[in-house]
Amino acid sequence: MLEYIWLIPALPLIGFIINGIIGFRIRKHVVSLVGCGTVFISFLIALMVFREFILLDPEQRFFQKILYTWVSSGSFNASIGFQLDPLSAVMSLVVTGVGFIIHVYSIGYMGHDPGYPRYFAFLNLFMFSMLILILANNFLLLFVGWEAVGLCSYLLIGFWYEKKSAADAGKKAFIVNRVGDFGFIIGVILIFYTFGTVEFKSVFEKLPGMIKAGAVDPFLLTVICLLLFAGATGKSAQIPLYVWLPDAMEGPTPVSALIHAATMVTAGVYMVSRSCIIFAYAPYALDVVAFIGALTALFAASIGLVQNDIKRVLAYSTISQIGYMFLACGVGAFAAGIFHLTTHAFFKALLFLGAGSVMHAIEGETDITKMGGLKEKMPITHITFLIGALAIAGIFPFAGFFSKDAILAGAFERSPYLWFMGISGAMLTSFYMFRVVFLTFYGESRFPHEVSHHIHESPPVMLIPLITLGILSIIGGFIGIPMIEGGNRIGEFLDPVFHNATTILGKAHHEDFLMEVMLILISLIIALGGIYLAVMFYLKKTYLPGYFQEKIPSAYRLIFNKYYVDEIYDYLFVNSIKSFSIWLWEFIDTVIIDGAVNGIAYLTRGIGSIMRRIQTGFVQSYALSIIIGAFVILAYYLFRIRM
Amino acid sequence: MGIRDLPILSIVIFMPLLGSLPLFFVKKERVEFIRGWALFVTILTFFTSLSLYFNFDQNSANFQFQERISWIHELGISYHVGIDGISLWLLLLTTFLGPITVLCSWSAIMERVRDYMICLLILETGILGVFSSLDLFLFYVFWESQLIPMYLLIGIWGSQNRIYAALKFVIYTMAGSLMMLVAIMYLYFYHKNQAGFFSMNLLDLYNLNIPYSIQLILFIAFFLAFAFKVPMFPFHTWLPDAHVEAPTAGSVILAGILLKMGTYGFLRFNIPMFTEASINLAPFMYILAVTGIIYGALVSMVQPDLKKLVAYSSVSHLGFVMLGIFAFTVQGIQGGILQMVNHGLSTGALFLIVGILYERRHTRLIAHFGGLSRVIPRFAAIFMIVTLSSIGLPGLNGFVGEFLIILGTFISSNPYSTIAAIIAASGVIFAAVYMLWMFQRVMFGVVTHEENRYIKDLNLREFAYLIPVLLFIIWIGIYPATFLRPMEGSVKGIVVTVEKKMGKGNSIVFAVDKRITGDWR
Repeated sequence: MLEYIWLIPALPLIGFIINGIIGFRIRKHVVSLVGCGTVFISFLIALMVFREFILLDPEQRFFQKILYTWVSSGSFNASIGFQLDPLSAVMSLVVTGVGFIIHVYSIGYMGHDPGYPRYFAFLNLFMFSMLILILANNFLLLFVGWEAVGLCSYLLIGFWYEKKSAADAGKKAFIVNRVGDFGFIIGVILIFYTFGTVEFKSVFEKLPGMIKAGAVDPFLLTVICLLLFAGATGKSAQIPLYVWLPDAMEGPTPVSALIHAATMVTAGVYMVSRSCIIFAYAPYALDVVAFIGALTALFAASIGLVQNDIKRVLAYSTISQIGYMFLACGVGAFAAGIFHLTTHAFFKALLFLGAGSVMHAIEGETDITKMGGLKEKMPITHITFLIGALAIAGIFPFAGFFSKDAILAGAFERSPYLWFMGISGAMLTSFYMFRVVFLTFYGESRFPHEVSHHIHESPPVMLIPLITLGILSIIGGFIGIPMIEGGNRIGEFLDPVFHNATTILGKAHHEDFLMEVMLILISLIIALGGIYLAVMFYLKKTYLPGYFQEKIPSAYRLIFNKYYVDEIYDYLFVNSIKSFSIWLWEFIDTVIIDGAVNGIAYLTRGIGSIMRRIQTGFVQSYALSIIIGAFVILAYYLFRIRM
Repeated sequence: MGIRDLPILSIVIFMPLLGSLPLFFVKKERVEFIRGWALFVTILTFFTSLSLYFNFDQNSANFQFQERISWIHELGISYHVGIDGISLWLLLLTTFLGPITVLCSWSAIMERVRDYMICLLILETGILGVFSSLDLFLFYVFWESQLIPMYLLIGIWGSQNRIYAALKFVIYTMAGSLMMLVAIMYLYFYHKNQAGFFSMNLLDLYNLNIPYSIQLILFIAFFLAFAFKVPMFPFHTWLPDAHVEAPTAGSVILAGILLKMGTYGFLRFNIPMFTEASINLAPFMYILAVTGIIYGALVSMVQPDLKKLVAYSSVSHLGFVMLGIFAFTVQGIQGGILQMVNHGLSTGALFLIVGILYERRHTRLIAHFGGLSRVIPRFAAIFMIVTLSSIGLPGLNGFVGEFLIILGTFISSNPYSTIAAIIAASGVIFAAVYMLWMFQRVMFGVVTHEENRYIKDLNLREFAYLIPVLLFIIWIGIYPATFLRPMEGSVKGIVVTVEKKMGKGNSIVFAVDKRITGDWR
């Protein structure tokens, strides 16, 4: 079965080709069948591969399948090859599984869209690209998937391209990502420069020996790691390149769930975890990762507090949660990061799909201040959304509780400051999440009458994905139970991948039992405190939000306007580059260069017309010139002789 | 008699010229026949040229399919042609674009069709000659001879300001070429002095031992000819004008092939003949190349005219090619050559696409479009793929070339090569900016001009010439070995030449590449 891992990405590619070329000619349910069916078979193959994989000894859980040499030039070689190890096995299950659920949901959500075949084609292309990204066996092929998921993100954010904001958002996403990718590709080249290969296995195996032999400059490793991380800040929407993700909510909601929450945006976490050994030898880079992660977690959560667009709150929440994953990587708790990546895929996809279900019912409204009271009319959406909120807030026994706790425990071990940033973010998270829950589903309905009249629960094709994800969000955490012997199954499963890195970082020892219980209790109390505050603000004393808005208007405005980061970037980069370019064109190109070229032309013509005057055709003037000339020569010689 | 016994290369070179002869005797009014005949000749040329690929010895760095006939014996001038792994691709690119240029002129050119097709065919022979000449005199003849049909193409079938553009194009090129002619004459007499006999044969001239100071002057003379052609910053201002005025086929040939004559010239003449000068001037070339990359991209961004935008983007792309060539590493040069082909395909396709729009709307101003995706979805899909190829998306052709160039420059140990590679890589960001912004303004949004509502989608003929280009765009993206492998020998040959000269104590170009892998030879 392992031989066939290339089928996992190949099947969605086939789906893309079919739907992309003849999708607009075939019937709609055939389009759905091709779109979902290919992903489903991929999921089944991933499952079978996984089953076969866990039967192997932990040390033998590595498999490579090289299809052909892709780019070969001089000493450089990169192949189209796939690699299966515990990390890519987990990722491929998450991606195909959650991906399939969201594909099914899309049948209902996008059912009436005229671009239906195009939508499924792009979605399948995304699955293909994402699977290439996680199954690649070398940095360059990873980069192929990396850029290709960016392309799909661009195409799907701008799916409704007639809307300017959607087309703008797609373009912004692509360009901001390119800024990060610029760092990434230089990083890949530096890896080749240092190790002479870009294949994961050889790079990671060579590194310890090279360190021992002193054959590699630690500073160079730090640079490599920071460049790779620059790419990650773009793809995974971290400070300072997070600005594209909130705008990406212009895309269809299932796309936000799949690409901008569950899978693509976590690619940076995957990549950093994949390169964990390099990072382990570059502790300063790891510190940067941890700090940026913690800062982003806190920063994005604070913006999420006051946004009124349900999808944007979820977008900032995603940025914040990925911050936690990077925090995990940065403190060396890679397995905890991947664990959180997995549970986050469940509950954030659930929250987005729930938001989509709400929007589906109320004709696309996204402003939570205009909602309210949906609890009775949409019971299943309500329950599942609530499960998602409890999971992200980290309430026992929901999935987020376990994974977030694992991260915070790791952070505490590294530095109490990082832990404090994390725990503060957790407080904000449960507050803003329950703010959304209460404003959307509870209280009085604030809909206009004609809308509230039509509100209905979504069709089964959308509810079944919600329920499935809801169940996963409840039980998903039990694959990583802390403290109990054998409870942390995901940690043990991933251990072969991260073992060397954690050993280098000195993470092998287990922390104090009592301390861990304390930490868990604190984070639980903090999360409940956030929910309590949300209850106070949005259920009990609903005058409180307005009161604070009036009390500290400038702080509110600052956060509500997202710290004006977009405006600052526009001013610093977009506008200045544009005016510089216009100056280059209108001054350097037109005035200086073309001026010089035309100037030479005029000069030539000018000299020509002067010369023409001499050629008068009159013998007398020619004779005169000859005589003058003769005198000049004569005078010259006379003068010279005297000297 | 095997195919190798036929003068296959000469057949390919002169087939378009011969094919143009019957057209002189066809009545002007029989336009359908004239177009069909031109198409037939170009397709036949393409398929004949494929036999060059199939019979090409991929393991050899030597010139193959050589034919040598003494032309002016006393002066050492001969008709001497031959191709190596570098010229092979430029030759095939030329014959491949041949039928496409005929097809894209089918309904765009309505006046003087016969003269037009004759120009196209003669032009093709001229270009093929440039890429296969191994005699400097012959090279110069071909080099100048393709100027005339191109001048006519712009000057007769161009748009409003065509005379200015055509003149600017010719004078720019001539100014450079004359420098080259002087340098060729110098080389010729220098060879007589050193070797005792007159020869214009390139292979003889390769063996000359030229003092550094003279190399420098000769390098600059050749540099001027080629840098004008590429065009390198700051010699590029003829290009936007020429493109804007030229008919679609003219733009396709200009961007697709003519510009490569410049980059090809550097590879064929400057580096092998004036190696020391090339090595020492490499940082200077980097500055021009990198400036071109960034400058072209930035200026491209603010162009209101589609053709000008694509023209300035060419300045940027060709900057990459020059950077790769002067990295003197296998990756850099291979990437550079591949990027020449890539640029011919992608930018050629972009000009075809602009031509299709122009034919329907008689405007090229971006502001006159918008919302076309809804109206012409198939066109939109193809335009999108070409756009992505141009911005170097992995999986399509542009990425492989750009990546190899950046990699090859980065690991080159020329002074300043690392910083040049990093700045060049940032050009990839700007490429995304100007291309996607352009695409958005043309294709996305709602239709704002009523006329755009009735634009027709691609017809069969347009599909017929765009699909092959797309196939190659994807092919190079996912299996570049087809293209990299045959050029490997020749590229390594150049690198070895440079490396030998470096051994004299100039610099250390190869150290890095060797340190990584041991010896690749």
